[in-house]
Amino acid sequence: MSNHLSSGSQPLEADLDRPLLTPIKRRSFFMYAGATAGATALVLAGCSKSDSSPGTIDVGSGDGGILNYAYALEQLEAAFYAQIKTGTYYTGLATGSAEKQIFDDLALHEGIHRDFLKAALLANSITPLKDLTPDFSTINFNDRTSVLNAAQTFEDTGVAAYNGAGRFISGNAYLALAGKIVSVEARHAALIRDLRTYNTFVASDVVNTFTPSAPAVAGQYAGEGTPNTTPNTQGNGNPGPGQERSKRPPVILQAVNNFLASGSKLSANSFA
Amino acid sequence: MNFFAILDQLATADPDVLGRFDSRRAVFKHLGSAARRAALAATPLLVGGLFKKAYAGTNADTPIDILNYALALEYLEQDFYAKFIASGLVPAGAPATAMAKIKQHEDGHVNLLKGVITTLGGTPRAMVQFKQSVFDANKTYAGLLGVAQLLEDTGVRAYKGRAAELVVGASNGLPSSTQVSLLTTALQIHSVEARHAAHIRLLRGQTPWVSNSDDLAANATYSGATPEATTIQSNVDLPTKLAATYSAADVAAAFDEALTPAEVLDASRAGGLIQ
Repeated sequence: MSNHLSSGSQPLEADLDRPLLTPIKRRSFFMYAGATAGATALVLAGCSKSDSSPGTIDVGSGDGGILNYAYALEQLEAAFYAQIKTGTYYTGLATGSAEKQIFDDLALHEGIHRDFLKAALLANSITPLKDLTPDFSTINFNDRTSVLNAAQTFEDTGVAAYNGAGRFISGNAYLALAGKIVSVEARHAALIRDLRTYNTFVASDVVNTFTPSAPAVAGQYAGEGTPNTTPNTQGNGNPGPGQERSKRPPVILQAVNNFLASGSKLSANSFA
Repeated sequence: MNFFAILDQLATADPDVLGRFDSRRAVFKHLGSAARRAALAATPLLVGGLFKKAYAGTNADTPIDILNYALALEYLEQDFYAKFIASGLVPAGAPATAMAKIKQHEDGHVNLLKGVITTLGGTPRAMVQFKQSVFDANKTYAGLLGVAQLLEDTGVRAYKGRAAELVVGASNGLPSSTQVSLLTTALQIHSVEARHAAHIRLLRGQTPWVSNSDDLAANATYSGATPEATTIQSNVDLPTKLAATYSAADVAAAFDEALTPAEVLDASRAGGLIQ
């Protein structure tokens, strides 16, 4: 899909201005994306089979699409923490233990995020995505390591997802709302990481830790992808010093779909 | 000119307006609301300037102003951790590793913001130092860790408070690719501050998220026009209007709230920590 929209080796950021190689102001992109579903379908028809994601549910376009995208992620997180409670790892935790309390709290927070986003979608006359069916068959809910690894994946992914979705939000209120949630997800992520391996709350796989020797260049450090410990150059996709990962919806959904059952897998074709 | 009417209208439209005046004008600090209005009314020539100042931090700032605001907070954090580490009070091992890591991030944030400001044609603001008297008054490991918690939680709230101004499509004269870059950069710093906050809180035996049961819950860091204890989001009363019933404490913990620049720079918060 991205090959149809970009002109090859240039950074993807630049392409947001001209989704179909035509100059279009960023601000009108959402209107454009919504009003030209037919044209989008034509472009999609030109994609290879693997790119067009057959059988996926698209989250939609505009701010409603991003809200539904967030709703999908929160549904998955909430379902995950709910299912933890059915496994012997959780049921074996001592009553009143910190670890049990943590999972109780995380389940509540994610349940609140899920229920709130659905309410917000309805309040804004946007049709919420259906109730997604998760597929947690790769997670052993009876095993602490398996549960903590999965929890870390979900929380880190959540933070990177909100960080990478901000650019697609056009309404101030929605952006502020995403900000209120993402920092709580980051707190969760840090906690799970510390629970798993103490002091890894900001390990270098999510937050870049190199110290730049010279002042940065604008735009140089707004990359995406996996942090590393070497300075990045413009467009190579790595976050800057002390910055966390940011990933766009299609990249996030590629990973998230591994935890969704057939018929619940998602795409975000308007947010490439 | 009826200043009372103007102020009343303004306060209706923006309940925080008197707070904005207050934080910018220490002279009003200890006056009640009525006395404050009277003082404002008595100085008509100043009022225009006050209005400008009161809102300078909200809807009149350029992206460079916003970046310099972030830079001030990063300088403050950077200097605090430098002093904290230099004090020799941080225990060797995991705590020392954590503080060094956090300091490294704050260094990165400072350099990053300076670079971005310069590239956009702006001038990075002067360095900000952590207030020595506050540092000395809290000079134990536990005391300074408490300060660190307040700094990090303030940082999270402060970045959140500016995000909407950096929305892509804002009328600030920047090309959209630069707007995308600035917003994403701010978000990528914001979540790291939240991770710092979570770890410092754990070190202190607090929940990683802001809670009413915190030992520091009463600190002004957690108050404001939209306090951390907020339970209504997008006009939805979360404890009563969701598919399930949740406690006020849990819904408050599930959302972090923003602070306006005036709130952050108030003497009761980060403003009181600046040398």
